[in-house]
Amino acid sequence: MKNENLYNYILGIADNNLILGQRLGELCGHGPSLETDIACTNISLDLLGQVRSYYQYASKLKGEETTEDSIAFLRKEREYVNVLLVEQPNTDFAYTIVRQFLFDIYHNLFLEELQKSHDITLTAIAKKSIKEANYHKRFSSDWVRRLGDGTPESNAKIQEAIDNLWTYTDELFHQTEADKAMVKEGIGVDVTLLKSKYYEIVNEVLTEATITVPDTKWFQKGGKNGIHTEHMGYLLNDMQFMQRTYPNMEW
Amino acid sequence: MSEEQIKSLEADFDARIVRDEKIEPKDWMPEKYRKTHIRQISQHAHSEIVGMLPEGNWITRAPSLRRKVALLAKVQDEAGHGLYLYSACETLGISRDELYEQLHSRKAKYSSIFNYPTVTWADMGAIGWLVDGAAIINQVPLCSTSYGPYARAMVRVCKEESFHQRQGFEIMHKLCNGTPEQKEMAQDALNRWWWPSLMMLGPTDAESVHTEQSMKWKLKRKTNDELRQQFIDQTVPQADILGLKIPDADLKWNEETGHYDFGEIQWDEFWQVVKGHGPCNKERLNARKKAWERGAWVRDAAMAHAEKQSNKKIGKVV
Repeated sequence: MKNENLYNYILGIADNNLILGQRLGELCGHGPSLETDIACTNISLDLLGQVRSYYQYASKLKGEETTEDSIAFLRKEREYVNVLLVEQPNTDFAYTIVRQFLFDIYHNLFLEELQKSHDITLTAIAKKSIKEANYHKRFSSDWVRRLGDGTPESNAKIQEAIDNLWTYTDELFHQTEADKAMVKEGIGVDVTLLKSKYYEIVNEVLTEATITVPDTKWFQKGGKNGIHTEHMGYLLNDMQFMQRTYPNMEW
Repeated sequence: MSEEQIKSLEADFDARIVRDEKIEPKDWMPEKYRKTHIRQISQHAHSEIVGMLPEGNWITRAPSLRRKVALLAKVQDEAGHGLYLYSACETLGISRDELYEQLHSRKAKYSSIFNYPTVTWADMGAIGWLVDGAAIINQVPLCSTSYGPYARAMVRVCKEESFHQRQGFEIMHKLCNGTPEQKEMAQDALNRWWWPSLMMLGPTDAESVHTEQSMKWKLKRKTNDELRQQFIDQTVPQADILGLKIPDADLKWNEETGHYDFGEIQWDEFWQVVKGHGPCNKERLNARKKAWERGAWVRDAAMAHAEKQSNKKIGKVV
C-alpha cells in the first residue's frame, strides 16, 4: 500500500475512539441517573461518529474491499492499536469518569494540533471533533471535581480509580513508527510535545478535586503495538459477534 | 372547601375539558384526575426507561458502525422521553425519587412488552417496526390529551417514535433482502414479537377497567380493541412488503368490515407477564434497581458537592 504509514496513523487515532465508544456503549441504560446516562451515551455517539470519518478515510487509502466496517470489526486483537487506557473496564462510575477524563485532556491537546495537519481530511475531522471533545472534557473534568470533592466515599472511589488508571497515561505520549513518519511529513502530531501540558492540566483538576496525584515512575504500555490487556479479547468478542457469526452479510 | 364549592369546581373543570382547553399544573383539578395522570404518565416514563434494556442488550454487538450509532441514538432518545415524562409527572406534585421507588417496589407498572428477551439482531428490527409501531398508535391521540405538560411531551415523543419505527422497518427490510439466513432471522423475530405487540395495546375493552374515565378526560380517544384493529390493518400490508408471514392462521381480510379478522389472543400469557412472571420481568427490574443502587454514591456526592459550592458562594458574599 502506498500510504501505509498514513493508514496506520489514522488507525492509531481512531482505534482509541472506537474502543472507548464501545466501552461507554455498555453503560447505556445503566447509568447512575438519567442525565449521566444520556451524557455518556452522547459521548459514545460522538466518538463513534468520529471513528466513522477516520475509517472511511482509511478505507479509501487501502482500497480493495476495505470498508469502515471491515476495519472496525474484522481485525485480530493484535491488529488493534488503541492505547491500553481506553479498553479498561467500567468497574464503577468512578473508573468510567476517570478513564474519560484522562483521555479527554489528551484528546483535546491532540486535536488542537491535528487541526494544523497538512492533510486536509485530517484537518477537517479534527476541526469537527474538537468541538465535541471539548464538551467531553468539560463533562468529565466537572465530574472528577464533583466526585473528588463530594463525600468521603466518592473521594475514595475517585482516588482509587486514579491510582489504578494512572499507569496507562504515559503510553498516550509514545510514538509508533507511523507516528514518526507522519510527523516528518507535517501530517502527524508530535505527541511527545503534549506530555508536560497534559500532566499540568490533569494535576490542576485533580488538585481542585482534592485528589492526590500518584507518585509513580512505572507505567504500562503495549496497546499501540497491539499488545493489549486481558480485557480486550472479551470486548472484541462482543463487538465482532455479528460479523464473525454471520460473515459476508450486509446489515 | 364545602361540598358545593367542590361540585362547582368540578363542573367548571369538566366544562373546560369538553371545550378542549388544556389543564395546567397550577389549575385546580379533581384528586382522581391528578392520581390517574400520575399513574399513567409514570407508567409511560417507566416503560421508556425499562424499554432501554432489551435494546441496550444489542448496542455492544450491533453488526455495523452505522447500526451501532443508530441504536445508541435510539436508546438515548428513550432516556430522553423518560426524562420529559418524569418531568411532566413531577408537575403533579410527586418527585422523581418517589416515582422510581414505585417502580422498584413493583407498585407502578411498565409496558409488559419489555419483559420479552431480545435474542437476535432481528429483534432490533422487530421492536422498532412492531413495538414502536404499536406505541405510536397508542400515543398519537395523547398529543391532544387534556393535561398540558403531558400533551406537549407527547408531541416530541411521537415525532421521535415515528423515526424509530421507520428505522426498525429498515432493519427488517435489509434482512428480508439479504441471505436466506437473514430472512429466516427476520421471520423468527416477527413470530416472537407479533402476539406480544398485539397484547401491548391493552386488554380487550370488556376487561379494561380504566377506559371509561380515561375517555372522558381525553387520556384515551379510542378503545384498546379499536387501537389493536388499527395496528393490525396498518401492519399486515407492511409484512407483505417485507415478504414475511404474520404468525396467525386466522388472519384474513374481511371485505364487509373493511378490516382484517384475526385469531384469538392468548390473554393468559398477557396476564402472566403483567403479574410479574414473564421471561424477563425479574431481570429488567433487577437491572433498574442495580443501576439505581450502584449510582447512589454518585448522586449523594453530587448533592454534597453542590452544597459545598453554594456555601462557598455565600461565604464570599458575606
